[in-house]
Amino acid sequence: MEIKIKAEHFNFFYGAEQALKEISIEIRRNEVVGIIGPSGCGKSTFLRCINRMNDIIAGTRAEGTMLMDGTDIYEKGIDVVELRRKVGMVFQKSNPFPKSIFDNIAYGLRINGITDKRTVTEKVEKSLRDAALWEEVKDRLAHSAFDLSGGQQQRLCIARALAVEPEVLLMDEPASALDPTATAKIEELIQELKRDYTIVIVTHNMQQAARVSERTAFFMLGELIEFGDTGTMFTKPAKAITEEYITGRFG
Amino acid sequence: MIDRHFDEELKDLKSDLLKIAAMTEEAIHRSIEALNARDKEAALGVISDDEKIDQLELKIDEQVVDLLARRQPIAADLRFLLTAMKINTQLERIADLAVNIAQRVVLELADLPLIKLQGDIPRLAGIAQKTVRQAIDAFVNHDETLAKGVILADEEADELRNAIQRELIDEYIVKDPALAPRAVALLLVARHFERICDHATNIAEDVIYMVHAEVVKHRPEALEDFDGEQSS
Repeated sequence: MEIKIKAEHFNFFYGAEQALKEISIEIRRNEVVGIIGPSGCGKSTFLRCINRMNDIIAGTRAEGTMLMDGTDIYEKGIDVVELRRKVGMVFQKSNPFPKSIFDNIAYGLRINGITDKRTVTEKVEKSLRDAALWEEVKDRLAHSAFDLSGGQQQRLCIARALAVEPEVLLMDEPASALDPTATAKIEELIQELKRDYTIVIVTHNMQQAARVSERTAFFMLGELIEFGDTGTMFTKPAKAITEEYITGRFG
Repeated sequence: MIDRHFDEELKDLKSDLLKIAAMTEEAIHRSIEALNARDKEAALGVISDDEKIDQLELKIDEQVVDLLARRQPIAADLRFLLTAMKINTQLERIADLAVNIAQRVVLELADLPLIKLQGDIPRLAGIAQKTVRQAIDAFVNHDETLAKGVILADEEADELRNAIQRELIDEYIVKDPALAPRAVALLLVARHFERICDHATNIAEDVIYMVHAEVVKHRPEALEDFDGEQSS
């Protein structure tokens, strides 16, 4: 199986504070990896390292390597904007632009140089279909994105990320602000999207990690404690501390 | 470590499992006593009391389903609940076998003269009682070693049953067909005890899964891995 993302002895610092310690992990192409762990364990920090979103925070520093298709994304000369096109991100709180549904998606296309009206329209429709939102919004593309429900806004954000044809999708608790129905739709969507994308999802919801991910990584205090097949981790975790966390005995 | 309300619920479930285990052991004991004494009244008591075991089995099944639905357990909790459900069924089947033995006493053995049997039904009965007790102890104490011992003892029960069967057929049924009703009843009794040992083996296999997350059923080579190590 082809490796898409590979961290090797990866360390990350917020100033003097070390947030990630010697993380070594391989994520395969087209797999869904779930990341779980107690608050403050470094899981969101790790996620943001994969597309260098942490660069925008002053005083941060990375050591070790983070390879994407074999290339270290922290090497000098890496085009970070292009990296963030390739590695899309969806956040816990959906953040549509204060624009129409159509323009939320078209914006990314236009700033990436796609301006032909027909092409933009086709790509907007494709993105909305891929995010399982087209049927719900096709008759009101000119409406404000804020007219949508929370779950729809989140799917719009996913569509927005998909429009620029990424290869990886990072999802930081994408459903934690949504009701069960909307959550189920997001989870179904993840199962569809993995055919075409590599997906890394941070979640506080153990059952969600169990449902959507093929492999799960357990982080604690900045360290990767255990990483493996999700079914195995949730029936027979290798480490006692993993068992204690996932069964709710601490955390 | 956090004290979970879930742990209280698991404790209650375990308590009910121990209750059905105790009732089942009692049923085996009473059926053996009725068999030894050819006591029809005692046998009828075993049969009528089986209903209480059936009702408790249903209650435990409901508890397990409720906990699975509400708690969505994983890891050791999940394995415990799956094992609890299986052991519950095994114990109820063992109790049914005690009833079957009692029925042989009522229907055939109490009213007919004894057969002098060279073979060893009392020894087989003792093995059945012992393996059920040990299987339950293995479950209570998370004792893989004891569970392994129960599984290995099943062969002796099988051999003993086969020897009893051969004797009953060769020395009684073939030689004197008039003895056939008694001999067949005893053959069935031996079979019931051997089946009790089989169910004790199933319980022991489930205990190993519960403790170690390893499936040893249908995999005798996997038993090699359990050699005196107790899981935390």
